[in-house]
Amino acid sequence: MDLSYSDEERAFREEVRAFLDEKLPKELSEKIRKGEELGKEGQERWHAILNEKGWLAPNWPKEFGGAEWNAVQRHIFEEEAAAAHAPRIVPFGLSMLAPVLQKFGSKEQQDYWLPRILSGEDWWCQGYSEPGAGSDLASLKTTAVRDGDHYIVNGQKTWTTLGQHANMIFCLVRTDKDVKQQEGISFLLIDMDTPGVEVRPIVLLDGGAEVNEVWFTDVKVPVENLVGEENKGWTYAKYLLTHERTNIAGVGFSQAGLSAVKRLAKSEMAGGKPLIENPHFAARVARVEIDLMAMSTTNLRIVSKAAAGTAPGVESSMLKVKGTIIRQEINDLARRAAGVYAMPFASEAVEGSNLALPDPLNAGPVAAQYFNNRKLSIFGGSNEIQRGIIAKTMLGGGK
Amino acid sequence: MNFDLTEERQMLQDSLRRFLRDKYDTATRNKILESDAGMSTEIWTGLAELGVIGALFTEEQGGFGGKGFDIAVVFEELGRAGVVEPFMDTAILAGGLIADLGNEDQQAHVEEIIGGGLQLAFAHGEPASRYDLNRVATTAKAEGDDIVLNGRKAVVINAEAADILVVSARESGEPGDDAGISLFLVPADTKGITLQGYALLAGGRAAEVTLDDVTVPASARLGEAGKALPAIEARIATANVALCAETLGAMETACDLTRDYLGTRKQFGRPIGTFQALAHRMADLLIEMEQARSAVILAAGHLEDDRASRERHVSATKNLMGRAGRLVAEDSIQMHGGIAMTQEYELAHIAKRIVMADHRFGDTDHHLERFIDFAAA
Repeated sequence: MDLSYSDEERAFREEVRAFLDEKLPKELSEKIRKGEELGKEGQERWHAILNEKGWLAPNWPKEFGGAEWNAVQRHIFEEEAAAAHAPRIVPFGLSMLAPVLQKFGSKEQQDYWLPRILSGEDWWCQGYSEPGAGSDLASLKTTAVRDGDHYIVNGQKTWTTLGQHANMIFCLVRTDKDVKQQEGISFLLIDMDTPGVEVRPIVLLDGGAEVNEVWFTDVKVPVENLVGEENKGWTYAKYLLTHERTNIAGVGFSQAGLSAVKRLAKSEMAGGKPLIENPHFAARVARVEIDLMAMSTTNLRIVSKAAAGTAPGVESSMLKVKGTIIRQEINDLARRAAGVYAMPFASEAVEGSNLALPDPLNAGPVAAQYFNNRKLSIFGGSNEIQRGIIAKTMLGGGK
Repeated sequence: MNFDLTEERQMLQDSLRRFLRDKYDTATRNKILESDAGMSTEIWTGLAELGVIGALFTEEQGGFGGKGFDIAVVFEELGRAGVVEPFMDTAILAGGLIADLGNEDQQAHVEEIIGGGLQLAFAHGEPASRYDLNRVATTAKAEGDDIVLNGRKAVVINAEAADILVVSARESGEPGDDAGISLFLVPADTKGITLQGYALLAGGRAAEVTLDDVTVPASARLGEAGKALPAIEARIATANVALCAETLGAMETACDLTRDYLGTRKQFGRPIGTFQALAHRMADLLIEMEQARSAVILAAGHLEDDRASRERHVSATKNLMGRAGRLVAEDSIQMHGGIAMTQEYELAHIAKRIVMADHRFGDTDHHLERFIDFAAA
């Protein structure tokens, strides 16, 4: 047991810090700090900068052009990136689809799609959830029927994050209705420009439009866009879910969020003193900070074990639950800290116009973020589903 | 002891509920939310005609209610429907202060308010005051027969629509002193007033109000010079009863929607409410609803008490509503899942009303401290 970083790890942290200092554009980090949306161009710009450095795909093997960092390196990068208000890389292509293609895709698919993910030529989105298939994902109804060299896809996907920017979508589709639900699902790559694909925005409660419905009407998809074997999609989907877990605890987000809360509470006055000196508020901050210190260590323990060759299983469910509780608690603190200035509706700021908020604290849209991040405990397998997995694994047979 | 509503209040509740059910559905309300004005004149007038504003004033003031329970009945119904029209600001706050403190000329406004023909705003909080009522830095200086006001007021709800602003300003002392604060009736078109308006996250509009050498006659003063704080504190207590009742109504809607959804939404081949993890959470919400209902009754029933008892009960209620409201809002969203995150679903607006109520007139922690102070006194 040794909690200190090695010389190499410290040197790596310095390298990351220097890179962020030099290459992270101020316009982007300022937007992140203020809680504003980056937009497609901003995302693509940061994507290209990381790709140029070779740091875009930290968890990809080197043979595919990844950095192949170990758990500690990934943790260090995440911490430094969050502290510097670096944008989060859109994960759908890089850390969701790519591992599936690397493990189950054909050589042709790997050679074609992986470089396009790195170059940013394709913007991927995810077609999993449906109106009737949320927590019960395996009950999905979108169908793909084989017709010669094509599948004909019909149905509806929902909660498709940033689908408005995407040109490609990876989908779970039903290819066999006559078997057990999980055994009739296939994993299909669909070009969003194909006739019959329609994207409709969903306005969320914070005023933002980051998610969409995607409708498919007689969409023709070439059979070479099937990943792996027909009707084995559920296995790939589960693989994707358990391997997109390196960042599931969101330690970096929480650390950056907690720093922001402290900054806010230093400038906000309550009873003639900075709010941070108010014992009730200080206790709220301290409790979250204590939880975050422990969770961050849990995260390192679990991720380093996984890097040593053990697949993350029930532990990633634990990290998801605790990590999202902590992030939501920090959002709650930020909203409290802002006081009456949490009330203004900051959608204009979210959309990136120049309307200055009246807020003398420059708190940003803290209440909008509080509401937006209610999604954390809902998406990616709700926290109830995660608790079910934990209970089933640890107790046996739990629902 | 009798926990039943009087016949008059029951009738008011019934007619108000019917009106809002018929005229204030989700689609209508969401159109109002997106409109430039952020409120509907038609709804305002309709509710005034129904007697809703009159119920918020006592008989001596020209109304037919004005007690804690009258206010609670009205606001619970407004909260249930997620009403965003500024009854709090025009009637309870600014209108209430005029009725409490005004001379005969000033009180003449009350009739107009009750009729629905006047919009008002209470410009009191400032950028550095947070929830402290005595932290007024805006100054009022006598110049001959005139008063000159200078300062900035923060998040003044309904300021853009208001015909008259009730402005607090300091005639003596320092921010944080109880003495020295006065109130003034300032017509909104007075020279030197600048508004920077914006929409609010939970509906309605507010503005930052800058007062730059705003000159009014001394007759614009509402009540005695330098002695307005006790009246402001009592009005904020009334406003908190209204806000807590409104939050209670919104929580009822949140629970109703969630209960219905648990019964109808199916996953894994059965209604999700049959999963014990969700059933127990729903049970907890229903337990907290009863706590919340009792808390609102306590505050409303003690609103006419002496200061110590009134403030202690109001702070207890505001603290409990902050805690219970957060639980109901967050758990209702969680049990719904993604659908509750969408603007067009009723719960989205209702949850915002519940949570953002914690940001007016003192939050959970502020009232915890106040409860301790008044319990010790």
